[in-house]
Amino acid sequence: MVFHKVTPGGVGRRLVPNIFDVAALVLVTGLLVLIAYGVDQADAPLATLPTRTISLDPWLLPQYALRTTLRMLTAMVWSLVFTFVYATLAAKSRRAEMVLIPLLDVLQSVPILGFLTFTVVFFMGLFPGRVLGAELASVFAIFTSQAWNMTFSMYQSLRSLPKDLEEVSSSFHLSWWQRFWHLDVPFAMPGLVWNAMMSMSGGWFFVVASEAITVGDTSVVLPGIGSYVATAIDQQNLAAIGWAVLSMLVIIIAYDQLLFRPIVAWADKFRVEQTASGEAPDSWVLDLFRRTRALRAVTLFASNGLRAIGRLSLPLPRLPRPALRLALPEQLVDGAWRVILVVATVWIGSEIVRFVGANLGLSDVAEAFGKGLLTLLRVSVLIAIASLVWVPIGVWVGLRPRIAQKVQPLAQFLAAFPANIAFPAAVMLIVHAKLDPNIWLSPLMILGTQWYILFNVIAGTTAFPSDLKEAAASLHLKGWRWWKTVMLPGVFPYYVTGAITASGGSWNASIVAEAASWGNHSLTATGLGSYIAAATAAGDFPRVVLGIAVMSIFVTLTNRLVWRPLYGFAERRLRIS
Amino acid sequence: MTAILSPAAQTSAPLVEITDVSRVFPKANGEDLTVLEKVNLTIRSGEIIGLLGRSGSGKSTLLRIIAGLSATSSGAALFKGQPISGPPEGLAMVFQSFALFPWLTVLQNVELGLEALGVETAERRRRALAAIDLIGLDGFENAYPKELSGGMRQRVGFARALVVHPDLLLMDEPFSALDVLTAETLRTDIIDLWIEGRLPMKSVLIVTHNIEEAVLMCDRILVFSSNPGRIASEIQVGLPHPRNRLDPAFRALVDSIYARMTQRDAGKMAIPTGIPGTGVGMVLNHISTNEMSGLIEALAGEPFHGRADLPVLADKLQMEADELFHLAEALQLLRFASLSEGDLLLSDAGKAFTEMGTDERKTLFAQHLLAHVPIVGVIRRVLDERPSHAAPAARFRQELEDYMSEDYADETLKAVVSWARYAELFAYDDAAEMFSLENPQ
Repeated sequence: MVFHKVTPGGVGRRLVPNIFDVAALVLVTGLLVLIAYGVDQADAPLATLPTRTISLDPWLLPQYALRTTLRMLTAMVWSLVFTFVYATLAAKSRRAEMVLIPLLDVLQSVPILGFLTFTVVFFMGLFPGRVLGAELASVFAIFTSQAWNMTFSMYQSLRSLPKDLEEVSSSFHLSWWQRFWHLDVPFAMPGLVWNAMMSMSGGWFFVVASEAITVGDTSVVLPGIGSYVATAIDQQNLAAIGWAVLSMLVIIIAYDQLLFRPIVAWADKFRVEQTASGEAPDSWVLDLFRRTRALRAVTLFASNGLRAIGRLSLPLPRLPRPALRLALPEQLVDGAWRVILVVATVWIGSEIVRFVGANLGLSDVAEAFGKGLLTLLRVSVLIAIASLVWVPIGVWVGLRPRIAQKVQPLAQFLAAFPANIAFPAAVMLIVHAKLDPNIWLSPLMILGTQWYILFNVIAGTTAFPSDLKEAAASLHLKGWRWWKTVMLPGVFPYYVTGAITASGGSWNASIVAEAASWGNHSLTATGLGSYIAAATAAGDFPRVVLGIAVMSIFVTLTNRLVWRPLYGFAERRLRIS
Repeated sequence: MTAILSPAAQTSAPLVEITDVSRVFPKANGEDLTVLEKVNLTIRSGEIIGLLGRSGSGKSTLLRIIAGLSATSSGAALFKGQPISGPPEGLAMVFQSFALFPWLTVLQNVELGLEALGVETAERRRRALAAIDLIGLDGFENAYPKELSGGMRQRVGFARALVVHPDLLLMDEPFSALDVLTAETLRTDIIDLWIEGRLPMKSVLIVTHNIEEAVLMCDRILVFSSNPGRIASEIQVGLPHPRNRLDPAFRALVDSIYARMTQRDAGKMAIPTGIPGTGVGMVLNHISTNEMSGLIEALAGEPFHGRADLPVLADKLQMEADELFHLAEALQLLRFASLSEGDLLLSDAGKAFTEMGTDERKTLFAQHLLAHVPIVGVIRRVLDERPSHAAPAARFRQELEDYMSEDYADETLKAVVSWARYAELFAYDDAAEMFSLENPQ
């Protein structure tokens, strides 16, 4: 098991928000308002799709599973294209970077299911009455769950390109296109593959959630596992849910074995490490392709094709570098750029206030923030509990390599498993036992994301240098002193990475976890998640915009005020290199 | 591999003409840092030219200017009569770090430059294999760089540069990342190929800080002086190839270059230490106190008895000339030794140092530090005066940056921290970036 340590997007950087962060927040919110405004203007219910019925026949599940998987793949392709363009632009142009990176930061704090409300409306508007619109909306939702951290990863790779390789590229006259395929992409590949894999894990949650959604008068039901589960919930069919869970298991394992493990093993060659590393990831599928003659011919053909792309000397004009070397001093251009941004931000900001203010008052804002605090409380308590449970267990497992080898993939698998498929079982229990949903719905938020803490802690413990362990033993460090001075500092950087992912995931999950149903029983926990869910169901766009903006602010602030300092501290002081 | 050259063909038009080239970098306080000042250089066909100098003497900057990777601030740089803007065609470079693409095989790495030139597949393969063959990499075509040893990796670097048939080959300290034995083998191989006329290029420019390497390989050596970087002297090497390191003429030349490089610059203000900058603005190298006391002891002991010839000392301690210079200069700055005419002499304080126990050594070191390193005095004074006996590092970093670039200020501060810690003059908290007089409880 090889574990790549990745910097969670948006924590490795500076702390203090600046004008660009504010501008980014305003821009994203403005975009949402624009879509909602367009819907308002249309002033008619969006054309409803012909209602599809999803059959709960388990034999149809493979077909549904395939549809779900294809959506996932399509989104991945788009995420990759987006990553290449966006990250390259941000890394190569300083002025683009000033806007693009804060924008990305805000985008990744926007709750994906909140986004979905708008994308459904937007794409259904583009293709009224056709399934394509709904399909695109679903794909876009998955895209939004994948693209941001992949882009961050590639951007960070491009910013840390080895200088000598850059010099070789220019010294040997590689064109812009050749350089991109020979240097930029290969160098970014290991991080990109790992992030794509993590994105994929997160993606199952959203693909399931996006297949059956109702926004006001518009109902979308796409054939797939997600809608199968939704139908099963409606009909209170527990057996069908069992079948769905089973097929999800099969899909995730197949995906991992057939697609990602081979890619991770293959991408290992792109690691810039001049000495052969001890342990290389392996994959039986990749070995099969490498060692079987017929299959090897296939891979050779594919790789030659890929290399040909990189070799193309596109007749792209060499970027006219000194073109902008006018007499204008740099500061003046920067200043002008800032002024344009400020003006645009102020204008868009005032439009948002006008749109939201036309329907909502200050009391609504206060309500959203109050509910945000409730959800924040839930997330914090849950992360704390999960940490208390999983850190000792993770360390215990990590210290036993043979057990770790088995548990680690299981934890990663559980992290990928869309927990919302398992919600019905929990909801049923709460309904039957008449428990307080305000408390008992909360654990659902962390059901799927707690595993990130577990497998990161295991990875951290496994990576802990054995000479330090031995030194601690020979010094007779035991009990609490051992935890405090040896193990906790040792796994802390890994723990923080896991906890950041878990906390971000929990905020996202709150939209489905705080408002869950089982047949005609609806349970609601008061919080920002259920606030957004209710506003979405009612098609109340101003409230959805407000809810999303407030949640983005909460997530961004937690990242800045809690996670980034912790991450920075871990990187500075506790990194064992 | 055609292009056979004749070393006598010195009449043709020059490959490179560098006229009055300077390079300045802006500093934090708005002033400029001159890295290269009014350098002139002409490279003709059929010669190996060495740029020899200390680190920071601008020799690498000059190489990068010729390579088109760095711009000039003033002056003219021409390659084959054309002004250099961007990497010119007909020029290839070998990197100190090898700079191989780890995800490409040896063959693919070598083919890369030809791909960029749009050479068609069959021809590309033929030329790449020929270069691999020439440089002794047969059988390694399908290996990835991480499977190769350092020496083999640098051979790939050479093959990649040769395969494009450059007129001029630039080498940026090509052997300094290799161990002694490997470097020597590779050097000899390259020189042999050059003498046999089997290399495609017309001339070679090599940057190095290794004096023997320069004398071994070059027809002409340009010795750089630091701060600002200038060509201090030009030396023709008339020795026939293959050259023998033990040849008295060879040794004499090496000795004279050592002497030249430690000589005080008569043209400039008297700098007693050889260390760039004066007063608070002194640029310090982060030399460990262990190395300093190690050198003092080596100097006092057999066979030197307080006076050592630098090449001999470098050989005995297995140090690069450049490392030894830095170390010797630190001792000279602290008045534990002095440099003169290629020799290092132990001072009385240095002799006393060897006789002392740990605590006395620290006391003596502290006295010399306060007396001869002005920035240490400044920090100590500020700490004494403040009621809190603490001050942020940023305060002193800013003061340093008035005189030097950020990187140098960082390095200088690092040296100060480690020396002061040894001397127990003041404490430094890295997390808070604070100097203080407190001792940890």
